[in-house]
Amino acid sequence: MKTVDITAVLTGAQLMVSMVETRRSARNGDGLNGNAPAPQELEKIEQQLGNLEALGGQSAEVRKEIYDLRERIIMLRKEISHREAWIKTELARHPQRPYFLDYVEKLFTDFSEIHGDRHYADDPAMVCGMARFHGEEVLVLGTQKGRDMKQKVHRNFGLPNPEGYRKALRAMHIAQKFSRPIFTFVDVTGANPGLGAEERGQAEAIALNLREMARLQVSIITTITGEGGSGGALAIAVSDRVLMMENAVYSVISPEGCASIMWRDATKKELAAEALRITAPDLMELGCIDAIVPEPPGGAHTDPDMAAKLVDEALQRHFSELKKMPAKELVASRYDKFRKMAQYFTEK
Amino acid sequence: MAWFKRQSGELDASGEKKIRTEGLWVKCEGCRQIIWKKDLEENLNVCPKCGKHFRIDARTRLANLFDNGEYETFSDNLASTDPLKFVDLKPYSERLKRAQEETGLTDAVINGRGTLNGRPIVISAMEYSFIGGSMGSVVGEVITRAVEDALASKRPLIIISASGGARMMEGVLSLMQLAKISAALAKLDEARVPYVSVLTDPTTGGVTASFAMLGDLNIAEPGALIGFAGPRVIEQTIRQKLPPGFQRSEFLLEHGMLDAVVHRKEMKGYISRALDFMMPAAS
Repeated sequence: MKTVDITAVLTGAQLMVSMVETRRSARNGDGLNGNAPAPQELEKIEQQLGNLEALGGQSAEVRKEIYDLRERIIMLRKEISHREAWIKTELARHPQRPYFLDYVEKLFTDFSEIHGDRHYADDPAMVCGMARFHGEEVLVLGTQKGRDMKQKVHRNFGLPNPEGYRKALRAMHIAQKFSRPIFTFVDVTGANPGLGAEERGQAEAIALNLREMARLQVSIITTITGEGGSGGALAIAVSDRVLMMENAVYSVISPEGCASIMWRDATKKELAAEALRITAPDLMELGCIDAIVPEPPGGAHTDPDMAAKLVDEALQRHFSELKKMPAKELVASRYDKFRKMAQYFTEK
Repeated sequence: MAWFKRQSGELDASGEKKIRTEGLWVKCEGCRQIIWKKDLEENLNVCPKCGKHFRIDARTRLANLFDNGEYETFSDNLASTDPLKFVDLKPYSERLKRAQEETGLTDAVINGRGTLNGRPIVISAMEYSFIGGSMGSVVGEVITRAVEDALASKRPLIIISASGGARMMEGVLSLMQLAKISAALAKLDEARVPYVSVLTDPTTGGVTASFAMLGDLNIAEPGALIGFAGPRVIEQTIRQKLPPGFQRSEFLLEHGMLDAVVHRKEMKGYISRALDFMMPAAS
């Protein structure tokens, strides 16, 4: 009896998803934004989601449905609000937002750090280490911000120096040598505007990571947890799967930076944030990320445990998919993904 | 009573000036001396007095390197669709249109096939006067196709960079071009096809942080501004004046970030020399 119930609800859920899709495409056809009754749609889906969640004893399939519905809700919410981009930027920078090492603590066990780039220094803004993910040996690395002033200075406000990128690459090569999958976490404001970073070639360090990650023979999953700031973010995000948390942002330049260059006025940051299209739904639509990870209502900082649980679910799902692929296929499909990405042009 | 009568009628200002000196002379930004423009052009736009390298356009760069200035362009029909419908003080679509009219190009890069001292070669040259040589979806795609062309034909690849970095008006799509080109270069690297990166004034931002720094050799013209973060941003952040020559070619050479700083006149010879080293001798 129970199974029949689930099937019925599932069909309902699928129907909702397709309805939303139809509405979305219809609206895109009109070229109008925001005057369709998206709020009512949203309410309905949220109700549906509540029903699904209340079922309990969820099978993998039902969980996937729930996941997809949550993703849809995120997309719909984005359409309703016009200030979403700036709100999300502030959420992504929230001082209480879980940082990389919080996720390491909640999602991984037996973490042992790997220090130093073997050339110049150890960069505390980039943390790498061996760890176990649900019992499996993996490499985990990410950018780390500090919480109090002392930590912030120690972590250089989460801005890696060239040594950080070089350390990350060194650790990834170790993982490749021993066929261990890689999990990376991104939360970085952007380029490091420091004298030393330029002297020691941060551009070269980032460039090398991009090229080498593209041909790494092990699976890589990246989660953008907070700010995905330009080259610094991409330097550890040329991955088989790029997941983005609901309130994370991913951009070529910070809204402030863009505003001061394009508007010649840094206070136009809200306008710039909207124009740059930096939210998770934007990136999903533009085809630059693979999935959105939902957050607890109000943002990850309101319930870090719940946030970690949702990240864990997403990581497990994508990890199990990637595990089935042989190394050759992984590299080929990763290449293909980035080759076809962001192709917006006409050929006359 | 006046001795002379003032002639009636206005002075005629409509006729063409007979003598024009405008545009014949330029002032060198390096040594502040006045140079006859023809002298400058004959010297490949390098100041004959102080050696300052003036910025030149992509077409001139291609003509300087290819034998007899002859080459065949490819992938020259791609144009941006303004995917974000980006509007700042001016719509991006208008900026694009203006740049296209001014340069006669569809975007900020030209791909060319030809020979360099008799050796078949592919060159991709960036055009700084097209929205600051910035890299969006089109530039990323065109350069990737140059890499793929070099890979398929096993011809060495030269990319001449002149760019402010990723194009903001295409947002994160511009960022993804860094990954795309770098991934293509990994394939070229594996196939052992030579790639020489030539950095010219200026090469900054996302272009430096991807293909410009990934050459088998990275060489630069003298005095070129090369960096990731712009000098003004750094100055504002650290609240100090930057040392003179910071982020210039010679500074990078000193810090081990470049293989050579090469005068424009010697560029062709240097590249040819490097390719002799990298390729089997032509039979």
